[in-house]
Amino acid sequence: MLYFSPLKAAGILLTALVVCLCAVPNFLPDRVFNGLPKWAQRQIVLGLDLQGGSHILLEVDSAAVKKEKLQGLLDDVRRSLREARIPYTGLAVRGEQVEVRVTGNQQQAVSKLRELSQPLGGLLSATGQRTLDITDAGNGVIQLRFTEAAITERIRQAVEQSIQIVSRRVDELGTVEPSIQRQGVDRILVQVPGLQDPSRLKEILGKTAKLTFRLVDTTASVEDALQGRPPPDSEILNGTVKEGKHPYLIKKQVMVSGEDLSDAQPGFDHRTSEPIVTFRFNTNGGRRFAQVTQENVGRPFAIVLDNEVISAPVIREPILGGSGQISGGFTVEQANDLAILLRAGALPAPLTIIEERTVGPGLGQDSIAKGKLASYVGSLMVLIFMFVTYGIFGLFANVAVAINVAMIFGLLSLLNATLTLPGIAGIVLTVGIAVDSNVLIYERIREEVRHGRTPITAIDAGFSRALATILDSNITTFIAAAVLFFIGTGPVRGFAVTLGIGIITTVFTAFTLTRLIVAWWVRTWRPRHVPI
Amino acid sequence: MVLYLLSAVVLAVIAVVCALVVLGVIPHLRLVPDDTRFDFMRFRRISFPISAALSVLAVFLYFYHGLNFGIDFVGGTLMEVQAKRGPADLAKMRSTLNGLGLGEVHLQQFGGPADVLIRISQQPGGEGAQQAAVRKVREALGDEVEYRRVEVVGPRVSTELLAFGTIGLMLAIVAILVYLWFRFEWQFALGAMIANVHDLVLTIGFMSITQIDFDLTSIAALLTILGYSLNDTVVIYDRIREMLRRFKRMSMPELLNISVNSTLSRSIITHVTVTLALLALLLFGGQAIHSFTATMMFGVVLVGTYTSVFIASPILIYLGVGTSRLATAEPEADSKKAKTKA
Repeated sequence: MLYFSPLKAAGILLTALVVCLCAVPNFLPDRVFNGLPKWAQRQIVLGLDLQGGSHILLEVDSAAVKKEKLQGLLDDVRRSLREARIPYTGLAVRGEQVEVRVTGNQQQAVSKLRELSQPLGGLLSATGQRTLDITDAGNGVIQLRFTEAAITERIRQAVEQSIQIVSRRVDELGTVEPSIQRQGVDRILVQVPGLQDPSRLKEILGKTAKLTFRLVDTTASVEDALQGRPPPDSEILNGTVKEGKHPYLIKKQVMVSGEDLSDAQPGFDHRTSEPIVTFRFNTNGGRRFAQVTQENVGRPFAIVLDNEVISAPVIREPILGGSGQISGGFTVEQANDLAILLRAGALPAPLTIIEERTVGPGLGQDSIAKGKLASYVGSLMVLIFMFVTYGIFGLFANVAVAINVAMIFGLLSLLNATLTLPGIAGIVLTVGIAVDSNVLIYERIREEVRHGRTPITAIDAGFSRALATILDSNITTFIAAAVLFFIGTGPVRGFAVTLGIGIITTVFTAFTLTRLIVAWWVRTWRPRHVPI
Repeated sequence: MVLYLLSAVVLAVIAVVCALVVLGVIPHLRLVPDDTRFDFMRFRRISFPISAALSVLAVFLYFYHGLNFGIDFVGGTLMEVQAKRGPADLAKMRSTLNGLGLGEVHLQQFGGPADVLIRISQQPGGEGAQQAAVRKVREALGDEVEYRRVEVVGPRVSTELLAFGTIGLMLAIVAILVYLWFRFEWQFALGAMIANVHDLVLTIGFMSITQIDFDLTSIAALLTILGYSLNDTVVIYDRIREMLRRFKRMSMPELLNISVNSTLSRSIITHVTVTLALLALLLFGGQAIHSFTATMMFGVVLVGTYTSVFIASPILIYLGVGTSRLATAEPEADSKKAKTKA
């Protein structure tokens, strides 16, 4: 147990040294750190609870995704039956399916509708799954529903798309190193370090930002439509709060939509110097916009954002240049945000904030200071206690613990792990526990000495008996830490990480470094008794 | 200045003492004398009924007094604010916030006199309603306070976190049980599990009495308690196993006593170091991890140690460890083996 081949000893020391050195980048000034090669740019990231910032968990409204998808299917069914000139009645969405009653040739209708069902995952997929289940319910009723796989796929796409758009929106806010990740099936986690007041961020993330340009229906009055029913191809939409929630009768058909924008910028109106948003269409959108405005001079059209009418100006002359402006009594910030939203594009479905945790920079600073103080005091007390209990062996234990902690920091850096306040607690706790491995060894050595062994055999036996125990007892704690890692989030996960890494380094130092140090001491001093 | 000087002097004295101990001038600190022979097993007739009674009490408390569930598990909003000028006017804030119609608003001094913790229970009306509540509070308190922490947990997330926490705890217990079953015999695994579930039950009773916040970090504390109590138990069990192999004719209570006594010094010393570390966290770590460390202090230090000695070890007698070995023992061969091994 006390003999190490020089090669093995060198290997152990080298491992410890390399792991410790991994912690160095944390202490370099930014300028030097950024100059390092990419592979070496690894350091511990402070958690949001220490550096301050916002953690916002969003959920994609999958019900809305499904609803939209069904609405789209309804339109497809209508179009394809009309194209084939098959008469039908009662086309509607019922629950999770689209139902239609065909009064004409049913065979033809079914085969026509089958064309709507596509192989899932594009042409290359070999799963044989299709997007639609089409059933003939008898009596001419045909039911179409999306397969489970098709819905899952659609939600996956919606989440992917949402992540991209959320990223663009957050980037536009000019925050430092935001992190946007998918979580679970339909969730997006946005973490923005240093953000003190997330109100604006939440405002921006909470908007779907679906922009449409549509004509105002002037064939019927709004009052009539409010009392009776609006014409079939129109709907009633309210104005924004600024507009006094004034109701408008708007055509359902979309002339041009936000997807056709190529750019949007905040600005000021020349005459009124009111904040506005100027936009440019892409070629396609510009052409369509020109055409519609040409045909409808003198009539009002509406700019609709998320089913709210921002403004409904009258078309004075055809707009041919492919650009325009939106004014809606905005403040400067509102104009700014709208421009950001329009540039980033519309979300495929609304997002809901289901969890928010924000820590101000003041609290973060306090937590760092307190965590530091607690670590220093805790470590110091443990070190002193080990000194007075075990003397020279206490010194060995303390050296091992110091290297242990350095290695924890090294491994945390190597993994780019996040350090949280509970994580710091985990490190302090590890110091308290790490000496336990030494205590186990030393107490065993003392016992062996009492049983009348010579120093070297006592030390040897102490190590060999204690190490098995150390392994057994640490694995139980490691299991607990591993479970915690999988169920925990944020600060708690940080605790699990430091605890788990602490256990690994503790076992390593107990098995190698402590033994190496004691072996070196025995060889050098040839003690006649063990001062333990 | 005086404080710095004082602490420098204290540190210097400590350093000198440490150096003298290392050099062997001052004898080492001995918390536990060599060769103790406490009859721990005799206490099982007291410790078992006491533990059983306490466990029942803890369960009773859990059901009738309940835990102070934090927003992680019941949803709602938690805001830590600090008055920008002078101490916070709690009464005024309370009346302002209660006028918002947000249901139960709970205010509490938190740390310094300027710090206030605001708790708003979950708002009816789903995820969006929680965010609306935060907006209202921000508008009402305005710029007079600094928002140090805002946490909003919606109904869906809180339900999930509670489920995850419970499942995680169960999973950890099962995983550790399986591990111990592999490493030891099943009686050991079962004994350790009974002992340590007992630890968790008592800790939950403690949390119910003190009404400490029960949140995600509490789950972390419980899991850590589980890990460390088992750590302690495993050390003693390791020794018991070793003794079982060595002395096959010794009566079980005697064997257990020797095992516990011979690991006693280690148990005490380790608990002192863990206590020192936890104490530092408790005193200096700040409010944010206060309930976390207090729970661990109770679980690891107070209960964990007691359990390993007075519950986990004697329970092996009842689980029937060693009885069969005693009957089939061959004394001659055994003592020889023991000697060659030793």
